[in-house]
Amino acid sequence: MKNQFVNKPVRKKDAMALVTGKPVYTDDIAPKDCLICKVLRSPIAHGIIEEINTAIAEKVPGVECILTYEDNPGGRFTMAGQTYPEPSPYDRLILDKRVRYVGDAVAIVAGDDEKAVDKALKLIKVKYREIPAILDFRTAKDNEILVHPEEDWKSLCPVGADNKRNLCASASDALGNVDEILADCDFVVEGVYHTKANQQAMMETFRTYSYMDTFGRLNVVSSTQVPFHVRRILSNALGIPKSQIRVVKPRIGGGFGAKQTVVTEVYPALVTMKTGKPAKIIYTREESQIASSPRHEMEVTVKVGANKDGKIRAISVYTLSNTGAFGEHGPTTVGLSGHKSIPLYSGLEAYRFSYDVVYSNVCSAGAYRGYGATQGIFAVESAVNELAAKLHMDPVKLREMNMVREGMIMPAYYGETANSCALDRCLSRAKEMIKWDEKYPCKDMGNGKVRSVGVAMAMQGSGISSCDVGSVTLKVNDDGFYSLMVGCTDMGTGCDTILAQMAADCLDCDLDKIVVSGVDTDVSPYDCGSYASSTTYVTGMAVVKTAEKLREKICENGAALLQVEKEEVEFDGNRVFVPGGPEISLKDIANQAMCNNTNALEVTEQHSSPVSPPPFMVGMVEIELDKITGQYEILDYVAVVDCGTVINPNLARVQTEGGLVQGIGMAMYEDVIYNEKGKNYSSSFMQYKIPTRLDMGTLRVEFESSYEPTGPFGAKSIGEIVINTPNPAIAHAVFNATGLWFKELPITPEKVWRGLHGKN
Amino acid sequence: MKIKFRLNGKMVTDEVVADTPLLEYLRSKGCYSVKRGCETSNCGLCTVLMDGKPVLSCTTLAVRADGKEILTLEGLQKEAEEFGGFLADQGADQCGFCNPGFIMNVIAMTKELEDPTEEEIKEYLAGNLCRCTGYQGHLRAIQAYLEAKQGGIL
Repeated sequence: MKNQFVNKPVRKKDAMALVTGKPVYTDDIAPKDCLICKVLRSPIAHGIIEEINTAIAEKVPGVECILTYEDNPGGRFTMAGQTYPEPSPYDRLILDKRVRYVGDAVAIVAGDDEKAVDKALKLIKVKYREIPAILDFRTAKDNEILVHPEEDWKSLCPVGADNKRNLCASASDALGNVDEILADCDFVVEGVYHTKANQQAMMETFRTYSYMDTFGRLNVVSSTQVPFHVRRILSNALGIPKSQIRVVKPRIGGGFGAKQTVVTEVYPALVTMKTGKPAKIIYTREESQIASSPRHEMEVTVKVGANKDGKIRAISVYTLSNTGAFGEHGPTTVGLSGHKSIPLYSGLEAYRFSYDVVYSNVCSAGAYRGYGATQGIFAVESAVNELAAKLHMDPVKLREMNMVREGMIMPAYYGETANSCALDRCLSRAKEMIKWDEKYPCKDMGNGKVRSVGVAMAMQGSGISSCDVGSVTLKVNDDGFYSLMVGCTDMGTGCDTILAQMAADCLDCDLDKIVVSGVDTDVSPYDCGSYASSTTYVTGMAVVKTAEKLREKICENGAALLQVEKEEVEFDGNRVFVPGGPEISLKDIANQAMCNNTNALEVTEQHSSPVSPPPFMVGMVEIELDKITGQYEILDYVAVVDCGTVINPNLARVQTEGGLVQGIGMAMYEDVIYNEKGKNYSSSFMQYKIPTRLDMGTLRVEFESSYEPTGPFGAKSIGEIVINTPNPAIAHAVFNATGLWFKELPITPEKVWRGLHGKN
Repeated sequence: MKIKFRLNGKMVTDEVVADTPLLEYLRSKGCYSVKRGCETSNCGLCTVLMDGKPVLSCTTLAVRADGKEILTLEGLQKEAEEFGGFLADQGADQCGFCNPGFIMNVIAMTKELEDPTEEEIKEYLAGNLCRCTGYQGHLRAIQAYLEAKQGGIL
């Protein structure tokens, strides 16, 4: 096995189609005769539909059908794209009589064109009985108002859910007696950290089209990260067998977790099922902002206790998470807020992590890059920075004393051992890159402005241990080119390419000899989908296993054709040969396999991992803050990442830079704001600002690789961890500039100004 | 309303409803590179060239094209491949959804600005949002592209 492509910055296989604007996305390839579907949305945050009159709307020329709760075909289900049985509760119907947030679906209108549908939407008359809404998630638990009082609400897994208490999940985990150890510590810092909902804001909004095929089956083409989960969820929602559904994923215009929730698929699917006609839905940006799957708002209470020499002895984390109107990803995101923040510190005598996840009357939350770790790491890393300030110790030195290192057991991370961990190297390299010792904590520029630095560490996982499944099919075609069939979903990240890089190295062939195809649930091998930072690590290992088996088969066929024993031959990528003896080319083996052959040159293998090795990283930021206005900007952001072996340095670097900038947006200004009636004010890119290229300063990314023994070629994950350092690092830099700790995101100039001028 | 204009080099005479946005009209003519990322002129994905100048087609009426020359990426395939290769060599194409609008503006920039500084590049392209890359890879690609152009490699 030669190492020709792994660790090389090769172009993505689909790059030229993307840069030349080829029609490869859902809306580009949708049939032109699709019915246009739109959703009528609730103007109130909580209520019961008492009457819904569609008679006038149905008379609009071009309107095909109007569907209401009376047309709901199946039982309660979850839109969360997770492995069955889903931890997320079965709490929603496609169309329900009860509306639970401003924007909740009330009716579906389908028609020949947008104008007819828009007109009909305005003519539907709905009478609501309003119910008081829960808009502050701190009041949700055990509130007398219930978001899900219904008897058919169902939780499939033991996650501590109770709909009669507005609880979507609740649990705790501990080691030792935290309260006792904290009481014995010389220093304890305690803080309550509030992170808000954030939008993934991928450039392609949610969208799906559907049609009936030759065999009378429902075909769904969707911009999704989870095609196989979509099939199951549609079956639950529509009440039809899974065998009647096929899901296809074309190119996706970004996901970041948003499309791990089945946001739009049910609507055209129901219309196609009812009418037999092709149908599509394209969410507006407004819909993507108000009726989607944003990050869970969390309030994280942290206590960190240490001796005066800086030894951290105990950490306690309590997280209150707001899942909104429905429970998608509620029980699972919250876990990461503790399990991926506390283990950054080793040798704790005690820790405690407990949480409640509550329903409220705002848009349902979902999966967003970082998935709870982002929120927890903001809290814990901020608390550790505050501890350093209290101890009058350099926060880098405090981390050097306490951070997890290779070979250590991480009790708060399911007892896993850090078999690959270069966090110490990441920290020392980042420190060099930003010139920490010269710049910490700040420098007064003499013009009212201060330059300061901040630091944070982060970890994530690589797939969900003992759960996520990746499968790969490899087959040899005419002349010896290979088909690599995958069920994981390239959403722009380049996984189709990096899996091909691995396959090419395993098979000793050129990258061009590997044709990648995915995803079609009728033909692709099963994969849970691309989320939880699983694809490189889990599906990548499936590639390695599959290629090994395929090599054996190639050798078997080659040996038979050479009329020698299989044990005698070797395969070098081009030919099967007996050393010093006869040989046959792969081309001949491939072509002869199409005549009088019974040993198919095709292999499918599956992989799942009992562990989820964390990637690690360190982020350091330098900002310049204007003490008169509170305005501040990023000058420099350095990030050093340990993702194990880097499979494609370009793609890993761009993942990192992209994640950093999303994190910078979250730290500085991205905010989902509701008014007192539960209306989302952040409903467009005018109100919800994401960073432009003028806002990110200079990003500098390097890798300090460890070697993960359970990963393909030593690789771990990269996709999610990269969003986790900006929040605490920027909060730290703002403290170093102003002496003020900001514990609620985003840290806007207005908040800084108010803090500096005593206006809080 | 009747319009007559040049689309990617070809004369087109057509009847359009007065309130049709140029974006929708162009997509209906098969120019699928033209994408919509918002509806509020914030993202730059729908950028096309009207008489050589970048305009946001989501908030330009199709009737405005009358008498004009419109270029979409379908009509600039050679330029798209040329710069796109540099973008691909950074891995900064990513999901690709913002690429056409971004590349339209890069093409316009290279015609408008001579030897732009980093600041000028960022300013010129500030209206083109991208959620995948964090923009640093865009900058590397543009700088490499401009260098290659100056060095006569392209």
